[in-house]
Amino acid sequence: MRENDVILQTVSKVAVFIILTFGMYLFLSGHHNPGGGFIGGLTLSSAVILLYIAFDVESVNKGIPVDFKLVAAAGVLISVLSGTGALLFGADFLSQSFAYFDLPLLGKTELTTVVLFEAGVALAVVGVVVTILINISEDV
Amino acid sequence: MTTIIFTTAIVLFCVAIGMALVRVIKGPSLPDRVVSFDVIGVNLISVVAVLGAILNTAAYLEVILIIAILAFISTIAFSKYIERGVIIDRKRNN
Repeated sequence: MRENDVILQTVSKVAVFIILTFGMYLFLSGHHNPGGGFIGGLTLSSAVILLYIAFDVESVNKGIPVDFKLVAAAGVLISVLSGTGALLFGADFLSQSFAYFDLPLLGKTELTTVVLFEAGVALAVVGVVVTILINISEDV
Repeated sequence: MTTIIFTTAIVLFCVAIGMALVRVIKGPSLPDRVVSFDVIGVNLISVVAVLGAILNTAAYLEVILIIAILAFISTIAFSKYIERGVIIDRKRNN
């Protein structure tokens, strides 16, 4: 039987970008508001899972030629390195700092090193969740 | 006055969630359970929205979006499981 997925695939092509935008918003709004690397990563991975559900594994792997196991490993590496960087300045492991800068268009902005740690957490969560779900779905 | 109206709305939404929960447990077939599961998700969104209106805050808007996204994806996954028997397929055959 010929499958007809027109509505699901058309809705998914739009909804994926909305979910990705919302995931990035959750990731960037952490540290002062509800949000952060973990739930931002979960939302980003739900967008990837929606792509896998609407299309198939081979098409998505051709469109996103990324090995998600390497993404998880790179995320953990970034998190550990951002913690080790504090040792170079004589602080304790995983110490974080922040400062205020005057950026063009944005005005006075708070830049903090927690963003690097949270980026590693988000990458690790995306890699682990997508890898687990794709490996579970492999039957036969 | 508006607080009474909002509280009544929340109580009525909770009654609707309870009736949908009865359908989830008793439902004779799998599509009944999936549809009532989606109804529970929509009612949860409404409860959170009314709660945000009572407390006069914008802090619950992310919760609404998260519940909407998860309900959308889970409904699609259940529907595809009912229709095809497989959720993430290896290669499309068309």
